[in-house]
Amino acid sequence: MLVLWLIVVLFVGGVLAGLAERVHAAASRWVTLATLVVSAILLWPLACAQPQAFESVAGQSGWLAVLQWEWIPRFGITFLLAVDGISVLLIALTIFLGFIALLSAWEEIQTRVGFFYFNFLWTLAGVVGIFAALDLFLFFIFWEIMLIPMFFIIVIWGHEDRYYAALKFFIYTQASSLLLLLSMIALVFLNWQQSGEISFSWFDLLGTKTEGVFGLLLMLGFFVAFLVKLPGVPVHNWLPDAHTQAPTPGSVILAGILLKTGAYGLLRFIVPLFPEAALAFTPYALIIAVVSVLYAAKMAFAQNDMKRLIAYSSISHMGFVTLGVFSWNALALQGTLLQMIAHGLSSAGLFAMAGAIQHRLHTRALSEMGGMWSQAPRMAAIAMFFAIAALGLPGLGNFVGEFLVLLGSFQMHPIAAILAALGMILAPVYALYLLQKSFLGEQSDTFSAHSASLFEFKAREVLMMGLLIFGLILMGFFPRLLTEYSDVALNSLQALGWGP
Amino acid sequence: MLNLLWLVPFFPFLGFVLLVSTSGKMPKPWTTMIGAGSIGLAALTTALIAYEFLSQDMTSFQLHLWTWMEAGNFAPGFSLYLDGLALSMLFVITGVGFLIHIYASGYMYDDEDFPRFFTYTNLFVAAMVMLVLADNLVLLFLGWEGVGLCSFLLIGFWYKDPANGLAARKAFVVTRVGDTAFAIGLFLLYKHVGTLDIQEAMIKAKLLWTEDNATASLICALLLGGAVGKSAQLPLQTWLPDAMAGPTPVSALIHAATMVTAGVYLIARNHELFLLSPDMMYAVAVVGVLTLLMSGFTALTQSDLKRVLAYSTISQIGYMFLALGVGAWSSAIFHLMTHAFFKALLFLTAGTIILSLHHEQNIFKMGGLVKRLPLPCILFFIGCLGLIAVPPTSGFWSKEQILNATWESSTGGPLIWLGAVLGAFMTALYTTRMFCIVFLGPSNGDVHEPKGFKFVAPLVVLAFLALVGGVFVETAWQLPLSNVFPGGHAPHPPTVIVVIAIATPFLGIAISYLFYGKRVFSAEKFANSALMKPLKTFFDSGWAMDWFYDLLLVKPYQWLAKINKKDCVNLLPDASSAAAKILHAALSMTQNGQLRLYVGVMGTAALFVIFVVVFL
Repeated sequence: MLVLWLIVVLFVGGVLAGLAERVHAAASRWVTLATLVVSAILLWPLACAQPQAFESVAGQSGWLAVLQWEWIPRFGITFLLAVDGISVLLIALTIFLGFIALLSAWEEIQTRVGFFYFNFLWTLAGVVGIFAALDLFLFFIFWEIMLIPMFFIIVIWGHEDRYYAALKFFIYTQASSLLLLLSMIALVFLNWQQSGEISFSWFDLLGTKTEGVFGLLLMLGFFVAFLVKLPGVPVHNWLPDAHTQAPTPGSVILAGILLKTGAYGLLRFIVPLFPEAALAFTPYALIIAVVSVLYAAKMAFAQNDMKRLIAYSSISHMGFVTLGVFSWNALALQGTLLQMIAHGLSSAGLFAMAGAIQHRLHTRALSEMGGMWSQAPRMAAIAMFFAIAALGLPGLGNFVGEFLVLLGSFQMHPIAAILAALGMILAPVYALYLLQKSFLGEQSDTFSAHSASLFEFKAREVLMMGLLIFGLILMGFFPRLLTEYSDVALNSLQALGWGP
Repeated sequence: MLNLLWLVPFFPFLGFVLLVSTSGKMPKPWTTMIGAGSIGLAALTTALIAYEFLSQDMTSFQLHLWTWMEAGNFAPGFSLYLDGLALSMLFVITGVGFLIHIYASGYMYDDEDFPRFFTYTNLFVAAMVMLVLADNLVLLFLGWEGVGLCSFLLIGFWYKDPANGLAARKAFVVTRVGDTAFAIGLFLLYKHVGTLDIQEAMIKAKLLWTEDNATASLICALLLGGAVGKSAQLPLQTWLPDAMAGPTPVSALIHAATMVTAGVYLIARNHELFLLSPDMMYAVAVVGVLTLLMSGFTALTQSDLKRVLAYSTISQIGYMFLALGVGAWSSAIFHLMTHAFFKALLFLTAGTIILSLHHEQNIFKMGGLVKRLPLPCILFFIGCLGLIAVPPTSGFWSKEQILNATWESSTGGPLIWLGAVLGAFMTALYTTRMFCIVFLGPSNGDVHEPKGFKFVAPLVVLAFLALVGGVFVETAWQLPLSNVFPGGHAPHPPTVIVVIAIATPFLGIAISYLFYGKRVFSAEKFANSALMKPLKTFFDSGWAMDWFYDLLLVKPYQWLAKINKKDCVNLLPDASSAAAKILHAALSMTQNGQLRLYVGVMGTAALFVIFVVVFL
């Protein structure tokens, strides 16, 4: 029940935030903040819940809350929300990054404030819905709900090339959504033929026999849809454009949360629903994973646009998710989930940093930056922190994720793991390049006009970055705080696959 | 007391946290108190722990702090493991580290970023202590990467010069190549023994594999890859000379005494694994001897004081690798320690000289300093004696052990021994050359010697250790390593071999003195002769390895990045949008609103249909 309230609160909060603009321009922000606070409070009992057995999900363990209502019985569609440790962590990440994105939007968004926060909260609501819905039809609805407000965020509040970027984002996601919908319906149909029951419930579909070419095609439909969202090479091209053109809070949500819906889809649907097909497809998926890690790292190094560089680094990091999912053992799965969360925090930090710099300098071009350390040492230290978090320094969250994924995948696919590990060499090349071009080196003329006091981070930004830094350090030293939640859920998920 | 072992990494880490959280706004004396004091407290804790550990004759002590990560059966802990090897390393890190911090509080005092310096060095010491105290390889890797980060930060400490930034990135990326090999080694080890706990893994490895097992050799090779990266050995040594861009106390602390010896520690820590693979032991010895020869030749051609010392560091670590390769584990650690004494002394004294000469590092612009900087001259002389291994300085005892062991070992032998002796000869040559050029000859320019307790006291202590540290360990007090490494009989090669090894450095000193001190022969004429000139250029460039890597890796990668800046995958969506546009244009031509066209098309179509219906 709580999950439903959580989603409802976000939807209603969005409408209220939109209306609040009529009272006062700043009111929307405060309504959004209140909405996020309420949803965080609602999340709390869910996070403290113990796994229990639910009637509606017989034979499955690790579920914390399940809600199933009749919806369209004729087609076996139910309103099914089910939450396990994996979902709780990702919902918590969503709410947490909601606060971060709000802080980054606080001053940047000055036009059509009410409509912005409406879109903002509806995107979050859609994402929370994706992490909770286990009826495939409902999942698809949330998948679409998340997309449209994000499109508006890019197209209305974006930068110079926003129309192109928003359209590209929309077409990529929409085309892949269609693929997802068709595959879902075909899967349900297949299950109907086999069992005589029509159902869109993930739990009911688990038993579907999906061998053979048809199973492979269905799996590919799901896979491509999620790969676009993740994104992986070669369907990644929407991301650098969308990220670069989106306003800062948009980038934070995109990188931090939206990409994770693709990762979550890979984790939740591919192997459990199509074990045989996924196994057959594994070599190709590994190629995609490795190419994503290395190619995107190389692309990141080539960029002059700060946000583009970070966007490509995101693609590189998400390659580890594909690698982890198709290794499907305890180490790799645990690592995949941690990688998703850690990347959410570190990329949010990097994008917020890029946004803050653009806000001050009115440029994202690295060639026009340099030597900003002496202007803004605090900002520089924070940028340094996120850069080294991104390159996977032990003691910070990203390392734990990457290390576990690599360690786990090495047990199954040593060659792929070794090739992906080369990303460890390429990551510092672009991360340190970014640092050198922006904060180190000789001072550039671009910001000699800015006095240090104007340039340095303000309290609001320090709070925003401080929260992310705290999260990454906590994850780096005490990842068990998170894995204790996900352990049971990942174990029972793993049992659905082929792994040893 | 032993339960307080966690305080050793904690004090420096606390210092780091305090310095970061005040973001350099504290008064300078406080910064010194925290920055150097934290290392002092760590040294004190180490001393107390050592007293208890040694007086109780313990073999090892384990302290579990918390479980770090957990997935399946994999649950490495934040756990500390203390044994004689870790303790010996702690002496060097906290003891020599503390002396260097005192010196640095004077050396760096006038720098505008004084607090930032101590922030980094405190984090460094914390990471280095974690590295040696880690009870599992994942935690060791944490320390390993942590020291690498601090090395990067400190090489690029003076960030305004892009050259320093380049040197820093080079150091990080080149060592990361080794680190990646190391990480893959861990994955492979875990796959076979199912744990990364060091002691447990060693026991299981010995049960699992017999000698010459291919998998064990492969793991050793990968660990060696990590070690050569961190310890600047062939073929990954290219970063260390450039790392001299950092402040001189950093060169002493990180790039001479502690971090660069981490590779030696790694192999010593996993020696039981290496014992399973004589081939890899031999490889370690060969890497060592090739590195020490190569860098010895290069050191002879350098003109920057710090770069001479950097190449000599590479060369001395080569001796440590040689010792590891021939199974003289204790001697490697012994040399690590004596090297820390005399090399830290040399670097810090070089720092004093460089400060006195207004940041002049070119040895050919020094000269005649013996009269004008008498105290640094004496100290530097002592350091040089240690480096050349003149008896009875500390360097002599450790190097002699290594040479003797090399002669007798099955993975060493006369040829390797010959290389090592030639290396000792080269060491004497370039050290004497450096000393003569800097201190003898005509003097030029004025000097401003920095004075005070902070500049003198650490140097005197280090000089004392460099002089008698070796003889002390050799006769009075053994390093607590007998419980760690397999015992063997002390090597006793034939007397003539021992005599040759001891006498060779003196020959080197004599020849070098004739060239650079007495100037009986002209070094310039010799170097510029038709035969030697290309050779000199070749040595001077570090055997053209930078050029080679540039050509093989750096340039192609940059080229690849440049030509594909726009991302060729983007052609796919762009092509589809172009196709849509063409289709759009073609179709919209059919609806141009001109009645003529519509009638024409309709008429033609009607005729066509009639034609089809009637005639076909």
